[in-house]
Parts: sequence; structure tokens; C-alpha cells
Amino acid sequence: MIEVKNLEKSFGSQRVLTGVDLRIEKGESVVIIGASGGGKSVLLKHIIGLSSPDSGEVLIDGQNIAHLNERKLIEVRRKFGMLFQSAALFDSMTVEENVGFVLRREGKLSSSEVSNKVTEALDMVELSGTHHKKPAELSGGMRKRVGLARALVYQPEILVYDEPTTGLDPIVSDSIDLLIIRVVESLKITSIVVTHDMRTTRRVAKRILMLHNGKIHVSGTPDEIFSSQDPLVYKFVNGISDPKNVMQL
Amino acid sequence: MLDLTRTIAQQWLQGLGRVAILASETFASIFRHKIEWRNFIYQIYFIGVKSQSVVLITGAFTGMVLCAQTYFQFHKVKMDTATLAVVSVSMGSELGPVLTALMVAGRVGAAMAAELGTMKVTEQIDALRTLAAHPVDYLVVPRILATLVSLPLLTAESIVIGIVAAYVVGVFLLGIDPAYAWHNMLAYTDAPHMMSGLIKAVFFGLFLSLISCYKGINCGQGAEGVGRATTEAVVFSSIAILISNFFLTMFLSRMLQSG
Repeated sequence: MIEVKNLEKSFGSQRVLTGVDLRIEKGESVVIIGASGGGKSVLLKHIIGLSSPDSGEVLIDGQNIAHLNERKLIEVRRKFGMLFQSAALFDSMTVEENVGFVLRREGKLSSSEVSNKVTEALDMVELSGTHHKKPAELSGGMRKRVGLARALVYQPEILVYDEPTTGLDPIVSDSIDLLIIRVVESLKITSIVVTHDMRTTRRVAKRILMLHNGKIHVSGTPDEIFSSQDPLVYKFVNGISDPKNVMQL
Repeated sequence: MLDLTRTIAQQWLQGLGRVAILASETFASIFRHKIEWRNFIYQIYFIGVKSQSVVLITGAFTGMVLCAQTYFQFHKVKMDTATLAVVSVSMGSELGPVLTALMVAGRVGAAMAAELGTMKVTEQIDALRTLAAHPVDYLVVPRILATLVSLPLLTAESIVIGIVAAYVVGVFLLGIDPAYAWHNMLAYTDAPHMMSGLIKAVFFGLFLSLISCYKGINCGQGAEGVGRATTEAVVFSSIAILISNFFLTMFLSRMLQSG
């Protein structure tokens, strides 16, 4: 279970998170929505321990990770898999080396067992036969799928996705959405998706949290959020801009 | 003006403190955690093997020009046969280690900062952290260890090639008597001169790899951040090498002489 209590974070004079409280149960599929630059990715990085907050707590299965040192965080992060916005594949390695990175470093499995696990993970994201390609040879969608395979291969308890469909065409976005749904349903992994793509949100979420002004503004099921009459939520999910803001652009 | 000076001094001290923290984390990692041997061997190849041409050219031409300049001055006072002795002492204790370190800082330090900086801005370092790998263990330790091993060897190579090149220029081009030149060189070049050069190379390797790794993993955002990190890695490494060379010379000359 993940619990965030009164989380605050500033960068210089800019207050990004101003007291975030949330709770995500084991096996839940949660989507965090909010405006670009509103702190969604920052929140995600705090949940996985890549950033430390100015104040507040981040509890992973009851353990507060907010101010753990990097060595202790490494143990906690073993529970997580993360798909980065840019996929963040190691460009000096092949697809096979990227996906098998954790398993090879752990050294618990033989070389052939690692290869089998890598092949299984690549099959799951429908990228069989790409073992020896370098990330530079892959398209944006393929890179994201390799990133997902890399996060899945060591069977984490929690998978976090940072903008999984940003910058992809609708067809590739659809395939990523389906992959996320398949992972949630077949592997029963807790899933946290950060996005401002409403199509992905509607399809993937069992619960939606909306971040606004550095706080969770609203939480609800997809039906509740998409039929909400709250002006802020209504405008966001329907993509309605404020004419005043348009004039300022 | 005073405020600006204070801000700059604070930034320098903070930077120095962070480099010291990275150094302590690196040494703690070397002794307490598993070393990434595969990365270490690749870095040995990248730093040691691929720097050969740069180091050989630097060593050879420095030895040649030093020999020529020394000969032109010594010839006036009929001390031609002391030329190689000056070259070997200079190459062994000063020019060999300093010029090799500066060339390696330009080639390897820039590459380290650019590679780690690019990994930082493309979130590859964050990805490493999520994949339960500590960036210091995986990225910094192999680079620093490989530089510590490679630079003294490259320096030794540069010194030898410099002396050989100077011998060729002195004997075959300038007409110095080979027997006297060789005799004087052996008479005036002591083991401490060479030891001093190799010990300096270890320190220079530590400074340049530490500064370059620090600049890489702490680089700013985007292409501009990577560019700045690369430039600063080379500039600060070079400055650290030149300044520390003076103190190392003073310290090592006394220590090795008293020993």
C-alpha cells in the first residue's frame, strides 16, 4: 500500500507540491491527471524515491521513505518498476541487455534463464526478435514497450508510468493502453499512471486523482470524474481552455 | 561587488564539498560493494587503449622539442652532453605526467562528462536508480578506478617515448655524442624523479576522473547543460592538475629525497 501525507516540494521560489495526501491500495489501478507542469511527474518521483520532499511522508507498505538514503532506497525501489516518459533506455546497450539489466546484476539466474525471461517479457510487449537492436534503431512506441518490458521482467509489486502515451500516434497510444490494461489484469500489479491523455485515463483507470495547485483536487471513479460538474474538472477532462489564458498565449 | 564575491566563493566551496562527498561515496563503494568489473574493463579500454595515439604524439613531440631547445642553450656553454639528462628529468617528473594528464583530461574527461550528462538529461541515471543500481557503484567507480590504473601507465609510456624521441633528435639530428649523453642521463636521473611522476599521475587521474564524473552526473538541463558540464569538466580538471602539480612537486621532492 502507498500512502502520501501532506507532501510539500518547492524548486526555488516555485511551490510545486503544496500538501498532497493520497492513498493507493494494493492491486489498484490509479491515474493521476492534471495540467502540464502541475507537478504530476514530481509527485511520481517522490513516490518511487527519486526525489526527497521538503516536508511530509511517503509510506510504502508502512515504511516512510521520504528521507531514506540512496542505499536504503535501492532496497525499497526493488518493489517498483517505472516506465519513463522518454523510456530512458540505456543507449549503449541492446534491447536484450536493457531488459535483462536487473536480472543480470542480481546474478541469481543463469545466463540462459535470464535470456528466457527477457524473451518472455519482450513477447508480452509484442517485440519478439528485437533482442539485438539498439534503442536508437527503435521507434518511440517500440522504445516505450521495451521500457515496459524492462520494468516488468523482474516482477515488481508496483508499476508506475510517467506519461506513457505522450508523443505517440493514436494507434501506438492504443497499443500502450492495451498493454497497461493487460498488465493490471493479468499480473495484478498496483499501477499508477501519470498522464493528461483523457483517452488513456478513461480506459486504464479504476480511480482517478486530479492534481491542481500542488494538491489532490478531486478523487473518484472514471464515471464520477468524467461526469463531474466541478468547473475545474469539467474543463480539464473535456479540454476546454479559459479564453483569458488563450489571450495571454 | 562584495556580495558577488561572496556568492562566487560560496558556490566554489559548495562545489568542492560536493566533489568531496562524491569522493567519499566512491571510496566507500570500492571497499564495501561489488565492483562492476565489466564496466571497469571497458573503461580501461576506453581510457588506456584508445588514448594511445594522443599520448604517444604528446610524449614524442614534447621530448623532441625539449631536447632541441635545451641543446640550443647548452650548446652555447659547451654542455651538449647534458641535454638528455635535462630531458629525462623534466619528462619524468613534470612534463610527462602533466601533459599526459592534460591530454587525457581533454579526451577522456570531456567524454565522461558528456556521457554521464547525457544520461542525466535523458533520465537514464534515474532509470538506473529505479533498477536498483547505485549510480556511484555502476557509473563512477569503474571510471575512477580505470583512470587510476590507466593514467600512470600512460604517463610511463609518454616518458619513455619522450626520452627515446629526444635521443633520436639529439644524437641523429643535432649530433650529440651518444655515449656521453646516455651516461649523463643515467647519472643525473634518479628513481625518485620517475617515482614522483608516476605518483603525480595517480593524483591527476583521481582529480580529473572525479571532477569529470561530478560534472556529468550533476549537469544542468538540456543540450546547454551537457555542453557546459563538458567544458567545465575539462577546464576544472586542467586547473586542478596544474595547481596540484606545484604542491605535489614540493611535497614529493621532500618526501622522496628524505626517503
